[in-house]
This record gives sequence, structure tokens and C-alpha cells, in this order.
Amino acid sequence: MVRSRWLIIYALFFMVAGYIILYLGSDISKGIASLMNLTLILTPLMGTLFGVINFYNSREFIELLLAQPIRRKNIFLGMYLGFSISLSLAFMVGLGIPFLSYGLWYSGEIANFLSLLLAGIFLTFIFSAFAFLIAIYNENRLKGFGISILFWLIMAFAYDGIFLISLILFEDYPLEKLSIMLSSLNPIDLSRILVMLKLDLSALMGYTGAVFRKFFGTSQGIMIAYGALLVWTFIPVRWILHVSKNKDF
Amino acid sequence: MIDIIDLHKNFGKLEVLKGISLSIEPGRTTAILGPNGSGKTTLIKCILGLVRPTSGDIRYCNVSVLDRWKYRREMGYLPQIARFPENLTVTELIRFVEDLREQQGNYQPLVHEFELDKNLHKKLRFLSGGTRQKVNLLLTFMFDSPVYILDEPTSGLDPVALLRFKELLARKKNKSRTVIFTTHIMNLVEEISDDLVFLLEGTVYFQGTCRELMSSHQEINLETAIARILSTNNYVENIKV
Repeated sequence: MVRSRWLIIYALFFMVAGYIILYLGSDISKGIASLMNLTLILTPLMGTLFGVINFYNSREFIELLLAQPIRRKNIFLGMYLGFSISLSLAFMVGLGIPFLSYGLWYSGEIANFLSLLLAGIFLTFIFSAFAFLIAIYNENRLKGFGISILFWLIMAFAYDGIFLISLILFEDYPLEKLSIMLSSLNPIDLSRILVMLKLDLSALMGYTGAVFRKFFGTSQGIMIAYGALLVWTFIPVRWILHVSKNKDF
Repeated sequence: MIDIIDLHKNFGKLEVLKGISLSIEPGRTTAILGPNGSGKTTLIKCILGLVRPTSGDIRYCNVSVLDRWKYRREMGYLPQIARFPENLTVTELIRFVEDLREQQGNYQPLVHEFELDKNLHKKLRFLSGGTRQKVNLLLTFMFDSPVYILDEPTSGLDPVALLRFKELLARKKNKSRTVIFTTHIMNLVEEISDDLVFLLEGTVYFQGTCRELMSSHQEINLETAIARILSTNNYVENIKV
């Protein structure tokens, strides 16, 4: 009940933001680029924060389920999928409505818009999985919240800062491989590159995006970014199943 | 029916169960006793698969239950602290558990017995501790399971409910259901249990019938017999120090 209320607010927020940006810019392609930044910050935040809250709130629920004749794996997988799918749906609806009403169908930007949606959905799935992991490892709620917010801050902001500093420090060396590796290690960076490559906005692409394109070419770069995102989703989910199997309640 | 073979459980450095071996006979009521922190709840949770043992085995009908889940269909578990999803009503919770177990629960008579009629449509977070415990009992006993595992079933119950609970157990016993329960109330043990397991610091200190325990300690009353075990144990510890 409370959760679904928050989901509606979340969807409404994206809807309002979408309308405002489309109204101000009146160009769908630019709208996608502006909304990308919002998506890249917000979907991971909501995934981690709601994920941790959701897990802690359903502890009683989990204990009830565990004593019933149900496989452990199914309990945790069901909880995770239920959560991340509903969050993704809210995101899709929130972002979809303003774009559709601004004539997305006739603009030829559908593919670009879809890649933004897909990036947001990937980020939701990845970060909710990490949120569940953080909550499983930390019985202490306060600590769990702290770690999850820290995790988000690092991934969304600090990581880029450190990345840039290291690029400046080592500018005399060839950095292509290093930068590709480093950006693959952060799903937010990966999603940014993905949408940028798709939009073909070299001005906003930044160093890593440019390197990605130079190295792999646009279409191959996109494929690799999707592949890396898939790996990023798969690993924490496997990890959840593994940890929950051995967890005591 | 349930065989526990050399069960160990460590929580980090803390050794909670230090090699427990037990066998629980079908159709009998077994009380698990022991001071706080002796490992009663951990033992029960191991049987249900909520806690994974460090080593050892648990067998139900001669099949190991570790990593299994279907056997839980035959067990009714009453948790010690009644924790429920707070924003469901009692009826919703009943339906939910019925769906999970894919069994129809026969709860109407129990609702009546425990005078829960008025609370059925209230949300669980508004219920008092004793009423929650009644709901807890209802959820466990509405299914007719071969085995019932009860963790401190009487905590928070008023005298009337306690009486009803004892009658309920007597009925289950007549239908030769196996019951395992933990408690601190010795009168209850004397009244309803056939066998008795006394845990002390994660080991089985005594297993047998109530009568055997009393006679081995030359006491006529279970409470004093238990008190004697505990005090001699402290006495030994003091000498060690």
C-alpha cells in the first residue's frame, strides 16, 4: 500500500519532469538527452533506497514464507523480480506518457527513446539487486541505509571524479584500455555511454564515450555496453541467490 | 520420526549447538527445555530449515531435510515472536498462508475458540501481543499437519486462551500428531508432554520422560528437579572459576 503510493509519486515525478523538459526544449532528441541525466541519477537512487527499505520492511514476511513449503530461491527471486519490475514499470509509464503525447511515434526518435528506457530499466534492476544484497548482509537497518546511500553516491558521483583525476594524472600514458575498463566497472557510466552512442551526440559523449566509439564503432560499442549491463545484472542476482541460500533467519 | 544427528551450529565464533543428537518419536509430545540461550530456538529453526546447521544432519522419516523444502508441508510451525506483515488484516493473512501452502485451513472453529471474531478484519499492527499470539496459533493449527513445532506457544496468552490451547493440544494428541514445543512453564510440561529434552549450553543434558527426570534427581516435582540441575551446574562452574 505504502509502496504503491511511492511508486505512483515516482512515476508522476518522471512524468512532470518529462513534460517540463519537452515543453521548454520542444525537441524530442534534446529532451531525451536532458532526461538521460535525470534518469542516470534517479533510477539508481530509487533502486537502492527503495530496495533497502522494501527488504527491511518485508523481513517479517520473509520469515513467514521461509517456514512454509516454498523453495528459498523462489522466495528471494520472487521478491526481487516483483520489486524491480514494479519500479521499472513506474519509470516506463512516467517517462512514456509525456513523450507519447509529444508525438514520439512520428518523430523517428523511437529507437533513441527506447534505449533511454532500456538504460533506466537496467539501472533499476542492477541497483535494486545491490540494495537487496546490502540489506541481506546488514541486519542493522541504519547501517544498511548508510551503505546503500554511500554506494549510490560513489557510483553516481565520486566514481566519475576519481576517474577524471586519474585520467589527468596519467595523461602521458595511453589510457584507452584503462578508461574502457573503468567505465565498464560502473553501470551508470555504461548507460550514459549507451544512450550517447545511440543519440550520436559527440559533444556530450565525453572522453570515455569517444574512446568507446573509436575502439568499437557505434553499433559494436552499443552491443558491448548492453552486454556489460547484462553481466552487471546477472552477477548481483546470482549473488543474492547464493547468499540467501546460506543465510540464517 | 525426526532424527537429529550430531548437530552443530556456530554463529560466528559463538557455538550455539555443540553436537546434539535426538530422536523424536511419532505421535508423542516432546518438550524442549533449557535456560535462556541454551539453543532451543536455534534447534527448532534448524529443523525447519530457517537456520542452516554448521554440521550434522536432520532426518524426517529417514530422509535428510537439509536443502529440501517439501517436507515443510507436513510441519506446522509456531514462531516465538509473532511477526507478521503489518498491513494485512487477519483474514487476508489467513488467505495468504492458505495460498502459500496450497491447503485449505479449517480456521472457523479456532476463531471461535480463541474469541477472535471481532479481530478478523483488523490490521495486524493494531492487535495486542496476546491477540497476535492467538492469531499465530490460529495460523499454525488451522492446518492438520502430522508434526507441529511450537516455540513458546503460551507466551502472552490469558488463562482462558491457555486452557483452550491445552484442549487443542489434547485433541491433536488423540489424533496421534507429533508435537515439539519449547517452554519455561514447568506445569505445562508436566501436564501435556510425554517426553522431555533438557538442553544446557548447546548440548543435550537429559532426554527421557518427565518421570525419569524426577526420579533421577529424587524430586517429586519437575520444577524443583530442573532447579536442582541448574543450581548444581552453576555450582560446578563456580568451582571451575
